[in-house]
Amino acid sequence: MKHAVRQFREFSIRGFFFIMAFVSIAILCLILIFLAKEGLPIFEKVSIKDFLFGKYWYPTYDPADFGIFPLIVASLAVTACSAALAIPLGIMTAIYIAEIATPRLKEIAKPAVELLASLPSVVIGFFGMVVVAPFLQNTFNIPTGLNLFNASLMLAFMSVPTICTISEDAITSVPTELKEASLALGATHWETIVRVIIPASLSGLSTAVILGMSRAIGETMVVLMVAGGAAMMPSSIFSPVRPMPASIAAEMAEAPFRGDHYFALFATGMTLFLFTLVFNFIADYISHKHRQVGAATL
Amino acid sequence: MNEAISKPPETMHGRGRRRLMQGGMFFLFRLAAVINALALAIIVFFLVKNGWTAINWTFLTQMPYDSMTRGGILPCIVGTVYLSVCSMMIAFPLGAASAIYLNEYARQGIMVRIIRFGISNLAGVPSVVFGLFGLAVFVIWLDLGISILSGALTLGFLTLPVIIGASEEALKAVPDTYREASLGLGATKWQTIYRVVLPAALPSMLTGGILALSRAAGETAAIMFTAAVFFTTLLPKSIMEPVMALPYHIYVLATAGTEIEKTRHLQYGTALVLITLVLGMNLVAIIYRARLRRNDNQPVIAV
Repeated sequence: MKHAVRQFREFSIRGFFFIMAFVSIAILCLILIFLAKEGLPIFEKVSIKDFLFGKYWYPTYDPADFGIFPLIVASLAVTACSAALAIPLGIMTAIYIAEIATPRLKEIAKPAVELLASLPSVVIGFFGMVVVAPFLQNTFNIPTGLNLFNASLMLAFMSVPTICTISEDAITSVPTELKEASLALGATHWETIVRVIIPASLSGLSTAVILGMSRAIGETMVVLMVAGGAAMMPSSIFSPVRPMPASIAAEMAEAPFRGDHYFALFATGMTLFLFTLVFNFIADYISHKHRQVGAATL
Repeated sequence: MNEAISKPPETMHGRGRRRLMQGGMFFLFRLAAVINALALAIIVFFLVKNGWTAINWTFLTQMPYDSMTRGGILPCIVGTVYLSVCSMMIAFPLGAASAIYLNEYARQGIMVRIIRFGISNLAGVPSVVFGLFGLAVFVIWLDLGISILSGALTLGFLTLPVIIGASEEALKAVPDTYREASLGLGATKWQTIYRVVLPAALPSMLTGGILALSRAAGETAAIMFTAAVFFTTLLPKSIMEPVMALPYHIYVLATAGTEIEKTRHLQYGTALVLITLVLGMNLVAIIYRARLRRNDNQPVIAV
């Protein structure tokens, strides 16, 4: 009898934790459901094609234009430009920390990256506004320092820690045997890094890059404060732009409740969510399909 | 053979070039690390340089007045503390429980794959999308209004993946011999977890909690539509009331209103208070974790 009670208790505790573990999935599903619920009504007014590829975003005009193509292009542009800076910087820092730094310097470099990651995005946005923007404006003699380039620069420093931390894990988990074999064959440390360590950790490095870009595309406060806010196609790297998150954050407060504008902003959120979902799918696929060689896993 | 003998001078030369290549590349790697550290240092330097004059006792303990162009930031500090602490009260138990299931109960299989996939995707959801979610679910559907509770729930779910990740690491670090010893003495699985595994893992789980707390404190986009308002005349009395918050206050002062230049020193001051709070919590967590790791070599049974 006592045994049965005990077994039942163990079983229910297990069940409780099982349900708790599903909370994350439940939230993810709720996000999808509610974005769809509040976002889909816009497609009664605008076709999906016109919404995604429409070139004009004038949500408050009459008649209003709900084309988020300029916003999508802006999001992709800031993500690509920030990736161009953040990928080399992040991976090189990871290699430095994992391979080159002495234990002492490592203990300084690693926390520095972690602290950089912990800076609130609104603070980085503020810094971009009051320090970087005037600097760019004077240096390049452009009408405004709040533009695509400034936003990309700030975003780069937000995605570097993500890229760096995951890359470093990938590099550290390359089996030492591989490295030793390469060094024993007479390769220099640099040759070992390029020919052995990087190829062996390539799947981890790709995951790092994709997650870093996913972070950049979804980042809100920086692009809201620094990107300039013009919902137009960028013509140069110094054009002011309005990426998707900036548009949502800036306009939600003014959009009439359950009006077309409100629905359109939720639909924009849905588009943004799908973008990050695709990035995460790719990262998940790479890290599962292309496991690292030897004992290394991610 | 002759070729091999005539080679050495060239190889020596090649070796020099290879060394030079290595030196050059390693210099670049070092430079990359320095650039990161420098970025952090420059941001902190500018905020400290321009912000410290704004900070004094009245700034920290007064309500703002004159349409927020003068006075202090007390309601923002209080609001941020409320929001982040409440969000941890929601997220920490949930996250710890998820981690316990994943690390102690679950066997590798499709279920675990799905759960992990959910967690990693939740971690990738943009904060503004969390804001929309919070608006649609808590503010409108559950009719909690723009309130601390709505904001704390949104922030709690946003920081959940951070806590799960840190808790799992902590549980993994508990040696299996602990579990085996406890089970061997006849304890049940739950008794083992509750009496042996959790006490051993708790310190580093709490470190993860501190990191998540700092993340919640600095988050802006998720509370914009769910909890934060421009201005309140009084401090919040219950969790059903909206609040001012440090990150949102910085955004509002820096972008809205007609007195942007005039309130610049207040903006710097608020930003400095926020990063002091956030970086402080992170430093505590980093130092504490380093200490825990150092002590790992001498296992202490903490029961």
